[in-house]
Amino acid sequence: MTAVTSWTPVRWLRRNAVVLAGLAGLLYLLLPNAVVLLFSFNDPAGRFNYEWRTFSTEAWTNPCGVADMCGSLTLSLRIAVLATLGATAFGTLAAFALARHRFRGRGAANGLIFLPMAMPEVVMAASLGTLFLNMRVGFGFTTILIAHIMFCLSFVVVAVKARVASMDPRLEEAARDLYAGPLQTFLRVTLPLAAPGIAAGALLSFALSFDDFVVTQFNAGPSTVTFPMFVWGAAQRGVPVQVNVIGTAMFLIAVGIVLAGQLTARRRGRSTA
Amino acid sequence: MTALATAPPPAAGGSGGPAPAAVRAPRRRLTPYWLLLPAGLWLAVFFVAPLVYQASTSVQTGSLEEGYRVTWHFATYAEALREYGVHFLRSFGYAATATALCLVIGYPLAYTLAFRAGRWRNVLLVMVIAPFFTSFLIRTLAWKTILSDGGPVVGALEALHVLDVTAWLGLTSGERVLATPLAVVCGLTYNFLPFMILPLYASLERISPSLHEAARDLYAGPATTFRRVTFPLSLPGVVAGTLLTFIPASGDYINAQLLGSPSEQMVGNAIQQQFLKVLDYPTAAAMSFLLMALILIMVTVYMRKAGTEELV
Repeated sequence: MTAVTSWTPVRWLRRNAVVLAGLAGLLYLLLPNAVVLLFSFNDPAGRFNYEWRTFSTEAWTNPCGVADMCGSLTLSLRIAVLATLGATAFGTLAAFALARHRFRGRGAANGLIFLPMAMPEVVMAASLGTLFLNMRVGFGFTTILIAHIMFCLSFVVVAVKARVASMDPRLEEAARDLYAGPLQTFLRVTLPLAAPGIAAGALLSFALSFDDFVVTQFNAGPSTVTFPMFVWGAAQRGVPVQVNVIGTAMFLIAVGIVLAGQLTARRRGRSTA
Repeated sequence: MTALATAPPPAAGGSGGPAPAAVRAPRRRLTPYWLLLPAGLWLAVFFVAPLVYQASTSVQTGSLEEGYRVTWHFATYAEALREYGVHFLRSFGYAATATALCLVIGYPLAYTLAFRAGRWRNVLLVMVIAPFFTSFLIRTLAWKTILSDGGPVVGALEALHVLDVTAWLGLTSGERVLATPLAVVCGLTYNFLPFMILPLYASLERISPSLHEAARDLYAGPATTFRRVTFPLSLPGVVAGTLLTFIPASGDYINAQLLGSPSEQMVGNAIQQQFLKVLDYPTAAAMSFLLMALILIMVTVYMRKAGTEELV
């Protein structure tokens, strides 16, 4: 009986306790995604897809088999694309102002942009809804779009600002020294350098808009049903398996995009290094 | 409100610096305001103005048919507090518990990412962010499956006598987890965990490994190193993470609606019902403002206590 061998597993556990706890936390984060994936292959007996019955690929071969679901999905996509364009354009301009210029009112502008992120969503949603209601603006596509651009803006500003602040202004000076005009400098130097931040902001606002439920519920009215609102309604009536298919597909697409982004970044890093 | 973000500065002569092109100087000084104009205007009209309008709505009386008038009827606040005081307390209780759990679960994960992940770091980071991209409603509904009555999770908790403890604490009742406060707290913890992990990771990642080496050279054990070096240096992340978790969690109504019971709802549920079902806009407005004010007070006290001003 040697003391060393009987001690090793305990010592290993102690040394890696943090990592094990961390991986347990990661499992907690990924568990619902695994359940969503598993139950997308379920063949439920009744309306509710909460209990495992038998394996079936029905939902995957016929994802739009549920009435109204794919319509709500395209509506959400349309809103997300437009909200992303608006928020990214406005947010990028504001980020350049805040990162590149020292001016009076900068602190106030920073505060104004920070506030929407620091406020409970329900407060923001209810107040905008109250305004639309009292201005007698009809709820629908436009009010959802306005609301989505509003709450996505701040996230774009933060993402782009971080990138612009870390850019070396000497590169732009060098371009000017080489007789590049202001437009040429912006298009050939500034914009490519800021692009990863702008892309991150755009991706974030797309995800936020596509997934938003709270602000949408208060500003959509009864007839405009986005995908999250469809899911919410379905939660009361019975969630179709196809919702799990969409959830899983979204997860896989997102992981694919992020991994592709990291791979291209690494390749670019290698070629310039 | 637009003035804050967009008003041009008074035309003061003699700007600092050598000013190489005096003719172009005034135009350049206006540039940031032009850049800020679209975003500032959008936020002023669709974020600040609604909040101001909300404040006036909260002191109005009337009905949807006859219209509302500002009557400075502050009793709406008192009534809301009397009727929904329990909801406020419950919301802050659930949010605080979920925030504490997020810190306990999120810290080891952020620590692993920052110091122990090595070449797996990027993969793990993607795995932390990836669930974000699936609809959170779908993921929250998945918890209904996970915590279903008689399911493996509930069975395991029962076998380990965890449910006896939580029932004693008033978090569960009987052999159920669904439709109890435990399920709501579990959902809140899950939904806001990434908001805790990412700031924690950002602040931990900035800590130089040489500080750990220095602590070890001075004969500090791992526990002492953590207590005296790592944790104090990660405090900005802890403060940012707890705020980013607590504030949205206390306003949430999705988890309480999908995982909780109708008799134990949070203040978000009450606001949503007053606005969308009862159509009592003054009460909904008053509750929104109370929620905001209470959060603001708590955040201010907390930041004083935490003693950090650098955020985000």
